Amino acid sequence: MSHLLTDTGIIAGRYIRQTAASKLGLVFGLLQPLLFLVFFGPLLEGLHLGGNGDSWQLLVPGLLVQLGLFSSAFAGFNILIEKQHGVVERMRVTPVSRLALLLGRLIRDVLQLFVQSLLLVLVGVALGLRAPVAGVLLGFLLVGLLAASLASLSYALAMRVGSPQEFAPVINSLNMPAMLLSGILLPMALAPGWLDTLSRFVPFRYVVDAVRDAFTGHYTDGSLALGAAVAAALAVVSLGLGTQVFRKVGA
Amino acid sequence: MPAAIHTAGLTRAFHTTSRTVEAVRGIDLTVEQGEILGFLGPNGAGKTTTLRMLTTLLPPTSGTATVAGHDLIADPTGVRRRIGYVAQSGGVDPTVSVREELTTQGRLYRLGRSEAARRTTELAEELDLVALLDRPCGALSGGQRRRLDIAMALTHEPVLLFLDEPTTGLDPGSRADLWQLVGRLRDERGMTVFLTTHYLDEADALADRLVILDDGRVVAQGTPTELKQRHAGSADAGLQDAFIALTGRRAEREAEHTPVAV
Ligand SMILES: Nc1ncnc2c1ncn2[C@@H]1O[C@H](COP(=O)(O)OP(=O)(O)OP(=O)(O)O)[C@@H](O)[C@H]1O
Ligand SMILES: [Mg+2]
Repeated sequence: MSHLLTDTGIIAGRYIRQTAASKLGLVFGLLQPLLFLVFFGPLLEGLHLGGNGDSWQLLVPGLLVQLGLFSSAFAGFNILIEKQHGVVERMRVTPVSRLALLLGRLIRDVLQLFVQSLLLVLVGVALGLRAPVAGVLLGFLLVGLLAASLASLSYALAMRVGSPQEFAPVINSLNMPAMLLSGILLPMALAPGWLDTLSRFVPFRYVVDAVRDAFTGHYTDGSLALGAAVAAALAVVSLGLGTQVFRKVGA
Repeated sequence: MPAAIHTAGLTRAFHTTSRTVEAVRGIDLTVEQGEILGFLGPNGAGKTTTLRMLTTLLPPTSGTATVAGHDLIADPTGVRRRIGYVAQSGGVDPTVSVREELTTQGRLYRLGRSEAARRTTELAEELDLVALLDRPCGALSGGQRRRLDIAMALTHEPVLLFLDEPTTGLDPGSRADLWQLVGRLRDERGMTVFLTTHYLDEADALADRLVILDDGRVVAQGTPTELKQRHAGSADAGLQDAFIALTGRRAEREAEHTPVAV
């Protein structure tokens, strides 16, 4: 157990230093949501979109989830590159805890997402977003949990497939529909019946709704609890799966 | 003295969608402590697959093995603590500095922070990497990269070192340096070295004993002299003749093969 903690710290440290040194990665993932925020956000101002709160309280949570989905879904790419350089096997041949190889990476991912989310929210505030600090932090927590789950799945997939050519199509074909169906830009409350029903099968939708409630300070009307429960369930399943793959690959 | 490696019926098959490849088909092998073992065989013979099994990276389909005193299946962590492995294509991140890689490696082998830093300096001195410590690994030459790969594998002073084609792609000078290093590791520290190579002169000069693998099976083993006598007709014959007699193929990569970049 103490090995797991130390090893996780070592792995996390390695990747945090790498991310901090590259900086580009930080901006890269942030670019798309920032463009939506600045060039799309103002169009929604004053429109009647249903639900609680104003348009910024609706859009920014959606973009946070988008940021989390996008960056974590592609997290596995890093492992594919490392696999090509033999880095993964070199680490697996040391006594390092297998689980630490996963957890250390997830810690970096969540930290990076946190910094990006903070930047996004600050730009949102500059444009007119107002939200309770506790609600924003709660939102970060939910998005962080969601991102850790997806990154874990992404790493597991990357450990199993042979090449980026096998990896990218899977991620791309899942990511876009998942984003659209979770009502990231506009609430699903505006959707016609069939679309609304369809989106109820996409777990991210509940997280988006929950973060929106957190941003408007509606902590107790049920959808926050539902979103948190969905995020937690997703985390249990995906971390379990990720752990299994990291333990097993090559045994 | 217990053997450094003992395997019985080690087998590994790979299943792809279209077919099954029996990469290793039942290897029984004993490697004594302090021995330099040369593992030879044509491309695709199963050398790397065997090494990956013995280094805990790949679970065998069947068979058992004891490596450095620990059971491969029951106690992989015990094996990992005592062996070093240099993969065919190395294992460092080209964007990370040499110092960072060596220190991280020390930490992964459970050295404390300051101990890992001290070990990094020590290894850099031993393998002539001092001037390169702050360069990214991607900026090293082939020979320098190889020395770094070996330094990484020596971090925890293993008793058994696996080298997969350590000299492929090196110039003659760097090859000679590497032979010397391997000899020193054995002579001064009693390290057991298990190495694969396609160069028969290398196997002849460096290895105490050779194991020749073909199509996943051991087809011959013995000292270089024994193999020459037995399979090529006389001790004066080249190892090349013995190799061709055994596998029907030449040992060196064919001319049209591009050497694997190191
Ligand atoms: N992960 C894998 N999936 C499918 N087949 C594999 C895999 N790894 C190895 N093989 C196959 O197993 C056989 C043995 O491969 P291996 O890499 O062990 O050979 P080798 O003796 O190291 O060859 P070389 O001298 O070219 O390095 C080959 O036919 C190879 O294609
Ligand atoms: Mg090989």
